[in-house]
Amino acid sequence: MTRFLRHRLFWPVAILVALLALNLVFTDNFFRVQMKDGHLYGSLIDIVRFGAPLILVSLGMTLVIATSGIDLSVGSVVAIAGALACLRISDLDDQNSIGGVLAAVGIALALSVALGVWNGLLVAGIGIQPIIATLILMVAGRGLAQLITDGQITTVNSSPYKLIGGGYWLTLPFSIIIVAVVLALTAFLTRRLALGLLIESVGGNAEASRLSGISARGVLITVYTFCALCAGIAGLMISSNVSSADGNNAGLWIELDAILAVVIGGTSLAGGRFSLGGTVLGALIIQTLTTTIYSIGVPPETTLLFKALVVTIVCLLQSPAFREKVFHRRRRPQSPSPVTEEKVRVSA
Amino acid sequence: MLKRISALILAGVTALTMAGCSGGGDGDSSASGGSAGGGDDKIVMGFSQVGAESGWRTANTKSVQESAKEAGIDLKFSDAQQKQENQIKAIRSYIQQKVDVIAFSPVVESGWDTVLKEAQNAKIPVILTDRAVDSKDTSLYKTFLGSDFVEEGKKAGQWLVDEYKDSKDTVNIVELQGTTGSAPANDRKAGFSEIISADPKFKVIASQSGDFTRAKGKEVMEAFLKSNPKIDVLYAHNDDMGLGAIEAIEGAGKVPGKDIKIITVDAVHDGMQALADGKINYIVECSPLLGPQLMDLAKKVVKGEQVPPRVVTEETTFTQEQAKEALPNRKY
Repeated sequence: MTRFLRHRLFWPVAILVALLALNLVFTDNFFRVQMKDGHLYGSLIDIVRFGAPLILVSLGMTLVIATSGIDLSVGSVVAIAGALACLRISDLDDQNSIGGVLAAVGIALALSVALGVWNGLLVAGIGIQPIIATLILMVAGRGLAQLITDGQITTVNSSPYKLIGGGYWLTLPFSIIIVAVVLALTAFLTRRLALGLLIESVGGNAEASRLSGISARGVLITVYTFCALCAGIAGLMISSNVSSADGNNAGLWIELDAILAVVIGGTSLAGGRFSLGGTVLGALIIQTLTTTIYSIGVPPETTLLFKALVVTIVCLLQSPAFREKVFHRRRRPQSPSPVTEEKVRVSA
Repeated sequence: MLKRISALILAGVTALTMAGCSGGGDGDSSASGGSAGGGDDKIVMGFSQVGAESGWRTANTKSVQESAKEAGIDLKFSDAQQKQENQIKAIRSYIQQKVDVIAFSPVVESGWDTVLKEAQNAKIPVILTDRAVDSKDTSLYKTFLGSDFVEEGKKAGQWLVDEYKDSKDTVNIVELQGTTGSAPANDRKAGFSEIISADPKFKVIASQSGDFTRAKGKEVMEAFLKSNPKIDVLYAHNDDMGLGAIEAIEGAGKVPGKDIKIITVDAVHDGMQALADGKINYIVECSPLLGPQLMDLAKKVVKGEQVPPRVVTEETTFTQEQAKEALPNRKY
């Protein structure tokens, strides 16, 4: 039992379950999943479907934060990728041609990668603090997205493009399949190969890593590029889901949700340790919270307050120091050094 | 060293921000010079636009420019690129050029007293278009020309009342509100509920903010569809949220416009297309084409005639048939 309680993902899972339980009480049929038009349909499916872009952005953000960095520009990259893809597709003679859509998607992702390399170079090459370096693209990027769409909402009518964010494959939402593939790849690269260790090492102490022969610069550029690529894919999903690109609003504030998801998942903002599973749970918690607000009918004026309350509770429960004070007050003498001095330790 | 780097960053950020912004609008931020208010009796109008942030705004700009040409008014146009200081600069330069009348769409509501006072001292009448200012001294401007959002909400409610006048059954309505706290969202909600509250058969069973965007409109509608098994009517505060919701309704295996009746506000091109296709049932127009009315008012105030302090834009409503007719000639 104690081992179960002390598992690092225990609290995120507990919170997710609690939120779902809230819906069990307040919303009828919340857990009913039906087959409709040959695909799965229900509130739970909605949560993973609308949560997919956030999960992707958060995955990229996790690796950046593990290097003790931060990427504020993901929201702008989301807007740029969607805008560019939609612009290219709207210029096609036949919007349903698979080749044309693939080319548009390829160009949008290539630009995302280029923007990620730019971020990485600013951080690793010139040594600008990550929050400032990525702030540049956060501000300028939205301008760029508006420039691409000419300040208008670009509407496309393309069924292959629609598949990315709004379509289904083998009864499952296609966006979830993309997320699963990216997650599996990331987990393999970071947990089966040495990359994860290198990232944690750079996050723990970049200078020490460099002295022990790790190319800290290369690692940093890689994670910022990966983060931007994830944001680019998320941007395609978001614009594809509504078949239009909105340079002003697409991905607005998603960087903050992503950082929150990463932190809820137990990754420390100080870097040096990360949890991909925790991040996925964190993103699902945020999306479940949003869907819950719509389902149980929290009035829009109090939505933000409700969210703030839940997030506060989540963060308090995630803090070992708080849990220690509240839950283990009497048992303190027995538990040997429950909070370690290590800076990277967040979830016990 | 550190200082130099931070200066470099600052320069970089500034340069990039400016590059990003200047892409948005095409006009320069300062008003173009020229011999305004010359000897001929052609009226000279200085107009300061908010920016070019949406299709609606672009249509608004075009309408002002075209109707000025038609009315024989010499228009000095400037684009403020969403910045109040640009707009104040433009108005000051119009005052210096001694134009006959100044018109502008304020970027924000507050902080206009000083510059409006300067215009008043120079005896140049000011007309507000599209957006209001919160100044207590209403003598600072002659009139405010713009849409009445409460009226738009009432028109939407009235259509619903007429549509269901023969029915005795409860009508379940879901509402997609605009950005929480914004004037159009508050007023469109208030006007709508004022009309439908007269009859208890109309029930708003869910109402959430969709932030005026398609993506949010779709997401919220998905949740509505699951938590409310019987929805008869959707009222969306703008076309875009309605368009997002249509996708959600289609995804749920229902037919938008038939199984769920849809009312929206704005009448932008994509919305009108959906109306003509039968996916939306009724659109209340929020028209950007206030140019002709503006020129009319300008001529009157320059002559010194009295004008009403509040002029509502001439706006109409569209049914599906009217949309099919109007669509080929729509300017935006």
